[in-house]
Amino acid sequence: MPSEGEAQLRERLNRLRSLPLLRGARLSGELARLQRQLDRIVAEPSDEEIWRSVELARHPDRPYTLDYVDRMLDDFVELHGDRGRADDEALVTGLGRFDGRTIALIGHQKGRDIQERSKRNFGMAYPEGYRKAMRVMELADRHGFPLLTLVDTPGAYPGVAAEQHGQGGMIARSQAEMARLRTPVVSCIIGEGGSGGAIAIAVADKVLMQENAIYSVISPEGCAAILWRDAGEAQKAAAAFKPDARHCLELGVVDAIVPEPPEGAHTDPDTAAALLKDSLGESLDELAGFSGDELRRRRRARFRSLGALEIVKTP
Amino acid sequence: MAARIDVSIEHKHAPPEAQADGKPHPNTCPGCGSHYRDDELAKNLNVCPQCGHHFPMRARVRIASLTDHNSFTEEAAELRSDDPLAFFDLRPYTERLAEAEVATGLGDAMVIGSATLDTAPFELAVMDFAFMGGSMGRVVGEKFARACEAAAERQVPLVSVTASGGARMQEGILSLMQLPKTVCAVEDLHDAGGAMISVMAHPTTAGVLASFASLGDVIVAEPGALLSFTGPRVVQQTTREKLPEDFGLAESNYRFGHLDAIVPRPELRDYVGRLLRLFGNAE
Repeated sequence: MPSEGEAQLRERLNRLRSLPLLRGARLSGELARLQRQLDRIVAEPSDEEIWRSVELARHPDRPYTLDYVDRMLDDFVELHGDRGRADDEALVTGLGRFDGRTIALIGHQKGRDIQERSKRNFGMAYPEGYRKAMRVMELADRHGFPLLTLVDTPGAYPGVAAEQHGQGGMIARSQAEMARLRTPVVSCIIGEGGSGGAIAIAVADKVLMQENAIYSVISPEGCAAILWRDAGEAQKAAAAFKPDARHCLELGVVDAIVPEPPEGAHTDPDTAAALLKDSLGESLDELAGFSGDELRRRRRARFRSLGALEIVKTP
Repeated sequence: MAARIDVSIEHKHAPPEAQADGKPHPNTCPGCGSHYRDDELAKNLNVCPQCGHHFPMRARVRIASLTDHNSFTEEAAELRSDDPLAFFDLRPYTERLAEAEVATGLGDAMVIGSATLDTAPFELAVMDFAFMGGSMGRVVGEKFARACEAAAERQVPLVSVTASGGARMQEGILSLMQLPKTVCAVEDLHDAGGAMISVMAHPTTAGVLASFASLGDVIVAEPGALLSFTGPRVVQQTTREKLPEDFGLAESNYRFGHLDAIVPRPELRDYVGRLLRLFGNAE
């Protein structure tokens, strides 16, 4: 008895087979990857597997944005400051060369040791960080550089100053900025995709997700504290709201899963980076044929259709 | 908060005993302790006549307060949430939905439709906190997107009135996806030349503040409304910071430049009417 998710994926697979988007050499690779994903999804992840994803996504040795930058980009130049108030180091922005083309990069950055963790604020950005991101998005758009974003945050920082500086409004405007871009945008969830702080830089043409990353509307602990009135029930909460990559793919929230080394990205960062680079490159190639207006229209239509409850007018 | 008026002369009614669950009666003013009958509050747009505290306002009452008599035509009323994750916490999500519908008479936490105000046509999207804390799931996202499309199609401004605790956890990651979905809808509306007026009522927090509510061409709030991405309790627990007295309130947001105005409810109808005339560019 095929599950609804399996049926959805089969349908996506069939649609992809007839899609002009994937013509040429990439077609077979893409189909093979989706087929693998389908094979995997047939076995619904168990509650334990979901929790394992949560643990791996937060593993202290998991590669962070700058680990991937080192391995994927040449000539990287980091750009600092929001041109208004501060430089938020929980978000890294810059320009670099990816397979010979200039791209703009935005990514959350966590720290390895206590000192760096506090410098990076555990990957939790202030509004200043999102304003820095927005300035780099505009820069990319102005010069026609494709934009890559790497998402890895427990959430936007929940503090007094962050609120006073307009955390909610800035997250809204960062999404709006991404919805306006006329340049290709590819995002990948590489660790924790924590709620508003994550989506603020993930309104992309293609949204990818690493095999052991999580993407969720609230942390398992937060959800447990509210619905079970006990943060200790995090495991139950995670099983209920299903933040793992397989469920996100099934729900159409992400377009593809990026494989990791068998025991997780932290066991072999070089291989993890090579796999990530392949997927990002493939997605950029797929987007290369579209005009700026077409990209923007399709990007908005992609998010417009998420969770649509009936047949929706296509714009 | 507005300076509190001395109400020592009389309280209109003695507040009744606290309810069984220990919470004060919903008609007892948390600002000054005055207690009112339903009809007394209704007559005053649910604003405390003694101290100006704004009580919650249900969606249908709000719509009546902002539109010409009988001009409102509801759209997409038939939309209901399904249960995409088969979500079960202490109770099944479907049971919570059914209960909320019975309790509120609404299909979900937002009502949309077309209306006129002082004969100026506009589109209206109003949230109701009484339906599962005004949380935004797929139905709210879909309704808001349709309101934007309707406003663009008819070339009229959109007025949104928000009251929401944020995204609806029971719909998991799909509720987070309603943030970019509503943001994209506002962007399409703006590209079509449409205007959006955002009215934030108490509370407008988390996912709704971090999406369409913050994208109005004009953004106003009701006095005393909590408008914060993270609520005061969580900020306090996470950071152990001492919170300012007006943490996250409309007054603080206004001071830091996030709002165009704080508009008391009795003045809101005129204020919105004036903006509709300005954006409609009519005489």
